[in-house]
Amino acid sequence: MQDSANKPMLDLYFMDARSKLIDIAAFMDRIARNQQTDDYRYCAFVEALNCLNSENRAESVLNAFSDHSTIPSAIASPGPATGALKID
Amino acid sequence: MRYIEPHAHMVSRTTDDYQALVMAGCRAVCEPAFWAGFDRSSVASFYDYYRQLTEYEPKRAARFHLPHYSWICINPKEAEDLVFAREVIQIIPKFLEKETVLGVGEIGLNKNSKNEVAILEEQVQLALDHDQLILLHTPHLEDKLKGTQLIVDILQQDPRVNPNKVLIDHVEEHTIRKVIEAGFWAGITLYPESKCTPPRAVDMLEQYGSSNRLWMNSACDWGVSDPLSLPKAILELRKRSFSEEEIDRLVYQNPVRFLKQSPKFKLDI
Repeated sequence: MQDSANKPMLDLYFMDARSKLIDIAAFMDRIARNQQTDDYRYCAFVEALNCLNSENRAESVLNAFSDHSTIPSAIASPGPATGALKID
Repeated sequence: MRYIEPHAHMVSRTTDDYQALVMAGCRAVCEPAFWAGFDRSSVASFYDYYRQLTEYEPKRAARFHLPHYSWICINPKEAEDLVFAREVIQIIPKFLEKETVLGVGEIGLNKNSKNEVAILEEQVQLALDHDQLILLHTPHLEDKLKGTQLIVDILQQDPRVNPNKVLIDHVEEHTIRKVIEAGFWAGITLYPESKCTPPRAVDMLEQYGSSNRLWMNSACDWGVSDPLSLPKAILELRKRSFSEEEIDRLVYQNPVRFLKQSPKFKLDI
């Protein structure tokens, strides 16, 4: 595989990541303005932000949003996956 | 740049998409059976869908000189009703004999329920009975981690399952390692919203691409998806200084090596 040590990764990706970070900030402002910060998806989102301080950040964020149980459920839950685990 | 689109739901796409695929370098497209966006009301509805996959869609693709292959199964999202799912499974064997059908897929899990697991196990059995390749769908979003582990466990519990003939699709950063380390093939799906972007796919290829058991696909369907996501990933690979030889291995040779395990797949490396 490629040795990426000397490649201009910041040249390739900094502006895109900067734009996405501002989008995230604006998203959080929007949710706060609309007083929806207690939604389970937003709570999971805020919790997942802590993963940005970890070593394998993408994997950690995905794990943070995941169901970590190991036994098949009795029935399939209705509706599509929402992206965050809802604990009843 | 030649490439294979190993997972695309072309029944949901237009002829413009076929033309774009061919113009971008696509040499073959493979179409797994999947959920239509709504639950089907009868076994006959599946029968008609399988005919569409094996009779009509290859002809539509042929108008653009693009070989079209398919996989047959009942998808996990419609597997919750065990009686209905088993009736559908009974009509599958005759379609496995069709000249462009490569195997059983995309089976797998959706919400990781007991009934989904039962139908998954029965369709693995079907594939083994008919010596077929197996293509597995892993669940979406928050259900993917658990579903991928359940699928790996189910497959590993059956000593007759040959990991060389099984591809577990839609891996992401939190599932790719367990699939590769278990000896199975892994598919990375490029989606504009959920699943994986080209930069993230290339990140995973930098870490795991030497395994030779990886492919990328668009899984384009009736939802927000991009049939040209694979050519876009090729551009991303070039930006990251992958050689043309390495790119060819990843987007053409790897899928051909997996798919040629079916004698019906006619392209060569």
